[in-house]
Amino acid sequence: MEEVAFAGNKGKGVRSDCFVELAPGGPGGIQLELVSKVEVMYGKAIREEILAILNFFSIQDALIKIEDSGALSPVIAARLEAAIRNAYPEKKEHLIPMLEQNRYGTARDRNRFSRLYLPGNTPSLMINAGIHRPDGIILDLEDAVAPDKKNEARYLVRNALRGIDFYGAERMVRINQGERGLDDLDFVVPHNVNLILLPKCEHPEQVHAVNARIREIGQLHPLSNPIWIMPIIESALGVMNAYPIASAAENVVALAIGLEDYTADIGTRRTAEGTESFFARSMVVNAARAAGIQPIDSVFSDVADMEGLALNVRRSKAMGFDGMGCIHPRQIRVIHDNFAPSAEEIDKAKKIVAAFHEAEAKDLGVVALGSKMIDPPVVKRALNTIQLAVKLNKLDQNWREDYA
Amino acid sequence: MRKYDKMVTNAAGRIVPTVINGKPAVPFMGIGKYKPAGNKAAPPIVSCADFPDDGNKVVGSLKEALIKCGLKDGMTLSTHHHFRNGDLVAGQIFDVAKELGIKDLMWFPSASFPCHEPLIKYLEDGTINHIEGSMNGALGRFTSEGKMKGLGVLRSHGGRYQAIQDGDVHIDIAVIAAPSSDPFGNANGVNGPAACGLLGFALGDSQYADKVIIVTDNLVPFPCIPWQIQGNYVDYVVVLDQIGIPEKIVSGTTEVTKSPDRLLLAEWSARFCDEAGLIHDGFSFQAGAGGTSLSIGIYFADILRERGWKARFARGGSNKYLVRMMEEGLVDYILDGQTFDLDGVRSMRDNPAHVNTSPFTSYNYHGKGNFSTLVDVVILGATEVDVNFNANVVTHSDGLLLHGIGGWQNCLFGKTVILPIPLFRDRIPVIRDEVTTLCGPGELIDVIVTERGIAINPRRTDLIEKMKGSSLPIKTIEQLKQEAEQICGAPEKPLFTDEVVAVIKWVDGTVLDSVFKIA
Repeated sequence: MEEVAFAGNKGKGVRSDCFVELAPGGPGGIQLELVSKVEVMYGKAIREEILAILNFFSIQDALIKIEDSGALSPVIAARLEAAIRNAYPEKKEHLIPMLEQNRYGTARDRNRFSRLYLPGNTPSLMINAGIHRPDGIILDLEDAVAPDKKNEARYLVRNALRGIDFYGAERMVRINQGERGLDDLDFVVPHNVNLILLPKCEHPEQVHAVNARIREIGQLHPLSNPIWIMPIIESALGVMNAYPIASAAENVVALAIGLEDYTADIGTRRTAEGTESFFARSMVVNAARAAGIQPIDSVFSDVADMEGLALNVRRSKAMGFDGMGCIHPRQIRVIHDNFAPSAEEIDKAKKIVAAFHEAEAKDLGVVALGSKMIDPPVVKRALNTIQLAVKLNKLDQNWREDYA
Repeated sequence: MRKYDKMVTNAAGRIVPTVINGKPAVPFMGIGKYKPAGNKAAPPIVSCADFPDDGNKVVGSLKEALIKCGLKDGMTLSTHHHFRNGDLVAGQIFDVAKELGIKDLMWFPSASFPCHEPLIKYLEDGTINHIEGSMNGALGRFTSEGKMKGLGVLRSHGGRYQAIQDGDVHIDIAVIAAPSSDPFGNANGVNGPAACGLLGFALGDSQYADKVIIVTDNLVPFPCIPWQIQGNYVDYVVVLDQIGIPEKIVSGTTEVTKSPDRLLLAEWSARFCDEAGLIHDGFSFQAGAGGTSLSIGIYFADILRERGWKARFARGGSNKYLVRMMEEGLVDYILDGQTFDLDGVRSMRDNPAHVNTSPFTSYNYHGKGNFSTLVDVVILGATEVDVNFNANVVTHSDGLLLHGIGGWQNCLFGKTVILPIPLFRDRIPVIRDEVTTLCGPGELIDVIVTERGIAINPRRTDLIEKMKGSSLPIKTIEQLKQEAEQICGAPEKPLFTDEVVAVIKWVDGTVLDSVFKIA
């Protein structure tokens, strides 16, 4: 006889989740004990949903106890399936419908100023994540999930990719390290994940292994959108191999640095000034730029210190980074505002670009602003700034029409 | 005596009794439609000859005072809620009543709090017949389960003053807990260990009750200045060791929200006001004490500061955020109904521009005007709204009575009323086809701000016009409801019996809706 299986969370402070206890067998038939915070409104719907899933799995005899704190349907389905497949390992996968609006792909060079980490086993933080408009959301299966919850988190993350609307944010998943991480891919690759974050990356072979697995899964489930990879450099060895990693594959679009682990690895600790990680961050910026991809900075962990965050973002931008992780939705705005070109930068770029076009029109070999010569890289940077400003609605696309 | 009788359908389409606790009641007739004739109520004439020449009205105990006031079966006893969840006085009144074997009292608080849960035993044993005021938390559940002997009556702060003034409710004995008092009964809320800022909710009680008892833990020699409550209304003064728990009076529940979802609601609400042109030099606003409302106040402050504007006045409840705005010169006056923290108390005490108000000046619908109609922007909450913009603040979607009305109904008369509310809370959608309990008619509610979109009441064509082309997500209320149901599923309605357990009064004393016993 199979053993009792558990999944989900309960207790004080737990919201939008449920805890499932499943005892296979028993005196006969399905015995369902449901205690729900939303019994009056959804008790009937929850019971129907649970019975339908049990029916899908052809389970006829079991005792099921559920404590529900207002879980949405994709969460209930994930918790129940995790418990069922724990109790009956031979059972197949149960997929909830994929929301039509979740089928989008993302562009290789899209903005990646902010990416919001969401613990992979905490549904309450996932539901409204997209309304804060981060550039990306990360469903984290790695450090944010306790070791004994790793398995059930996979079902939740899969159902989140299918059933929760992130309102256009790039849908990212941070997989675990090593073999477990490769197995994580089975739960996310077929469900339109846009980008895989690869933690503790030290060798290009790790990127190759992920790509091999993606290809393998893709043969069974044809993929409609590209899946990008963002390796995270979190060790001295990773820093030394940053360029080979950044250029390991065509679908590597960004290279991130994780400073908590990195500073531990080099035997120091993280400071606000960041002197200890200056080399590592420079390496990541240089490796990414050399490979033609986006360098992405580490998270700023004091969620209450918005001024500190703003300062950190400005430093990060000055070093050449294109984006940063965040661990709280409040950080998104600050990150966007400070990575985006400032009014001053846009003004300057407009002058340079206008001078550039004027020089072109007059067929002059050199661009000049007043008596000052402008070098081609400066023009290129100004063009990038203008492009970004237009993309962020900070500048009208046809600004040159009114530019005197 | 039957709890209620003679059910009719009122002008809002709700089924309500026209006899409540043995007295006739008028069903809601529409906003501004009911205009009663006659004179106001008045307390009995008394003579100075019956009061001590030395002005010393202090008696030995609360029990003695209640006996001297002639406490007997069936009386109405009133208290105020300026001590919020730190009140130590209401319970003692009914301890005395129980000890004296008194029955069938009506408790008439300006609001109840979780600290009043122990009164359930007196509702069970018949010491208290019923409550008119608010039934929060455990008292609400007790009421919803049909256990209260009489019918509960919920009124707004303004409606409470109206009921007293019009004689709908006759207070036999008012017990007014006062942080400071002199032996004559002049009292205030700004000084003393239980300082709560002001005593405005007890004003009507002092003016209209047959007997008035001041209970204080800070007796000062005559004169007690300022005299927010005037001793000329007071019969007896009782001195106790402690009348309130300071940390629960000025509770820490009034902090700016840290919830990112609520901050988004606050930001969108403020941006809405700005884009719709509701904020201007000299404007006025009321932002309540909830975390979201407080955050909106901070966004307002940013806008005022940036433009070099000032608000002419802000309506309290006040707290440190509002006080800071005034001290920074962003607000000329705070017209305050209650103070939520020590900064509010300090400011009320020391700053003449921080004005203590009462339900009479701010909210009373049967007066020659009141301030609530003068406020430009009003931010309020709700447990539910419906597709016609009607709102509920007293019951939850599961049908349980859990909150009072407070000043909410009265504030609906502001020029633009905005409700920032999450589209769903732990799967429970906030926008329904029809509210479980009607507390505010939709014609007074202008804008619903949710984290997934903003709905403008179709009656406000001016706002709809102004917000055309806004980058804010303006949607219809039906769209929002649909969006919530796509995420949460369509909810079932709670099951009720046809037994009424409480009624909701409108600001004019008419009966707006009934609360039914849950099945």
